[in-house]
Amino acid sequence: MSTAKASAPKLFPTADQTVGPYYAIGMAFDGSEEIVPAGSAGSIVLSGYVYDGNGDPVPDAVVEIWQTDAEGHVPAVSGSIVRKADSFSGFGRSGSDEEGHYEFTTVLPAPTEPGKPAFFAVIVFARGLLARLHTRIYVPGPELENSEFLGRLTPERRATLIATEVPGGLRHDIHLQGEKETVFLAFN
Amino acid sequence: MDDIPKSAATYPPGHPTQADIDAEIADIRKNKPTSSDPNWGDHRTLIDYPPYRSSILRHPSANLELVDPETIELASPAFGHRDVHWTEYDLTTQVNGEPQGERIIVTGRVTDADGRPAANQLVEIWQANAGGRYRQKKERHPAPLDPNFNGVGRVITNDQGEYKFVSIKPGAYPWPNHENAWRPAHIHFSVFGNEFTERMVTQMYFPGDQLMPLDPIFQSITSPIGQKSLIAKYDHDVTVPNWALGYRWDIVLNGRNRTWFSSVDGPEEDE
Repeated sequence: MSTAKASAPKLFPTADQTVGPYYAIGMAFDGSEEIVPAGSAGSIVLSGYVYDGNGDPVPDAVVEIWQTDAEGHVPAVSGSIVRKADSFSGFGRSGSDEEGHYEFTTVLPAPTEPGKPAFFAVIVFARGLLARLHTRIYVPGPELENSEFLGRLTPERRATLIATEVPGGLRHDIHLQGEKETVFLAFN
Repeated sequence: MDDIPKSAATYPPGHPTQADIDAEIADIRKNKPTSSDPNWGDHRTLIDYPPYRSSILRHPSANLELVDPETIELASPAFGHRDVHWTEYDLTTQVNGEPQGERIIVTGRVTDADGRPAANQLVEIWQANAGGRYRQKKERHPAPLDPNFNGVGRVITNDQGEYKFVSIKPGAYPWPNHENAWRPAHIHFSVFGNEFTERMVTQMYFPGDQLMPLDPIFQSITSPIGQKSLIAKYDHDVTVPNWALGYRWDIVLNGRNRTWFSSVDGPEEDE
């Protein structure tokens, strides 16, 4: 007797479809990229470019990030669309521009459990991309060595998940395909 | 009849025809059984789907890396009535006058694969107007804009995960993928679940649309049950007399175990 039969029947999941060329009609809103106000204390800029398999910029991608606050707490407050100055919602959305550039103003996330490396949870959508892609952007630091997951990737693949420190924040490019293809995730 | 143009579009030499795309779609269906894709499991959207030309350079070639979700990924952003005004569910009242077209109600429930509601979560939609035209400057389809229709709506689901929109049935929409390519009528949905792993963007289609078999985006799901998951049901109990036709579309989010999802309609297997 299988365990599947013993438990409640699973519902059939709805399939993904591309965000299409006109996602901005429904998904753009003012301040979507500013999880904290630009220039506020402790703020950083997380930015980079999205590229296709030819190395050309993807001008119609949407990058979303979801993260802890600077103390490692998982946010549970509204205010991701209508921002509040006094609370941190942890969610941001950036539509790439004509050069494939995305950008967030936020704070550095912190580990949710001591010793674990901190990262931004990331989802990428794009015209031409038929289903969502999950990935992570890790904050550089010694804790990266503690990750079993990162440890089992080749150095080249591992590097696609770790941001680079730059003045004022972090830089991280996303390659949908090709030699520098970003590692994308499925969850156990 | 002589006034009808042969085409309102010009295509480069060698641009694929609908017959070319039909043949590619049929070929993939034949050679790629619905459960063969190691990245996406049964009935999932194929991300490497050349009939949709824009997908060719925009899908990863490596398999997805299987990972245990961490604390942040098992939580979801919180949205509230601060973020979404209660009137945003109605796409027919956002400008001064009534938009043109067939008024519709689209309602349903957002749950996870175990039936737990995605309660108090954000649903965003966007769509073309009744003439198949999107309100965006890059859009080139020579159908009229409707000054009374923006084509965008948002709601926060209730405690049962239910949502409801009032809108106009979108028109079919021509696009440049191949010669004489038309998207079936659809509404784009962006949905949040109880975990960030479940976050999804997809499209809802209307029952009986004759363009679905021809559409490489819809056909990127090769199984009938997978395709069915994207088609709303006409529901006469949702229809409001003398006012609007009703459609029901439930959304089932699946964040974890996407790779190994097995068919609910397939033969049951003992371990």
